[in-house]
Amino acid sequence: MQISLSHFLIVGALLFCFGLVTVTTRRNAVGVLMGVELILNGANVNFAAFNHYVVGGVSGQIFALFVIVLAAAEAAVGLAIVLAVFQTFKTIDVRYADLMRE
Amino acid sequence: MTQTTGKLLGWILGTALAIGFVVVMGQLAIGPAAQSMVPAPATSAGLTEVLFYVLAGVTIAGAAGVALSHNILYSAIGLLMALLGAGSLYVFLSADFLAVAQLLIYIGGVLVLVLFAVMLTNRITEITVSNTSLGLWGGLMLFVAVAPVLLAVALVTPWATITPAAAAHTTETIGDALLSRWLLPFEVASLVLLASLVGAVAIARKEIKAD
Repeated sequence: MQISLSHFLIVGALLFCFGLVTVTTRRNAVGVLMGVELILNGANVNFAAFNHYVVGGVSGQIFALFVIVLAAAEAAVGLAIVLAVFQTFKTIDVRYADLMRE
Repeated sequence: MTQTTGKLLGWILGTALAIGFVVVMGQLAIGPAAQSMVPAPATSAGLTEVLFYVLAGVTIAGAAGVALSHNILYSAIGLLMALLGAGSLYVFLSADFLAVAQLLIYIGGVLVLVLFAVMLTNRITEITVSNTSLGLWGGLMLFVAVAPVLLAVALVTPWATITPAAAAHTTETIGDALLSRWLLPFEVASLVLLASLVGAVAIARKEIKAD
């Protein structure tokens, strides 16, 4: 049985779904960031798969590279914010970081 | 000890389930139409296919571990599995440079950052309660709502596929493209990295007040 485009799309879709579940259900801020990484990886798998099976060339791979770069920047800034939240609230539960409410 | 064995068994079972799921969905993806179109080579699953299913299963099981684990450290290990699996899937798509970049940046950089944040922000003694979540039902409902749509789109849509080019080294091509066609995004990405570096340091440092 040949491996086709759909196989990779299934893997990407499942990565996205689990990432979405992680982002929406976690109360730990680091866990939420992990979910974002999963979503970006799902998109990356799709980029590489479409590049290989539909487009050809390397444009899709370069898009995926930019996604990786932006994910690294996002992780650095996001975890710095998590550390700042921890210093302020002494917890990283996202329910308690509500100073700007009301 | 028995708890550890149980956890290990759970992970192995999860991986096996994920592999089986991908196999079944793959059979669906080939489908009757494609089988009638292709003159049915009817070869047994080669090494490449088996390897693909194992790696896809590891990826999905890792993602499920991130979403479902009660301990934030196990979530981090699940993220490691998912990132490793996704990175090795790139090899099947003849994206060798992308695979190495994933290995270096995600696993060498982002995952270590995440582990640092876990160690710095959780009081290690109460780590078992560190990863409370909103409950399984909300997540399950969301999963049931989103996953079938995406899977249906992936399976039903008649993608205009080409015959994939033979595997070749992509590093040289990517380097050329980055410095010619994609030069402006490349430079902007370097600016973004610089800004995020400075921003991360500025946000995370402790204020030292000189009274």
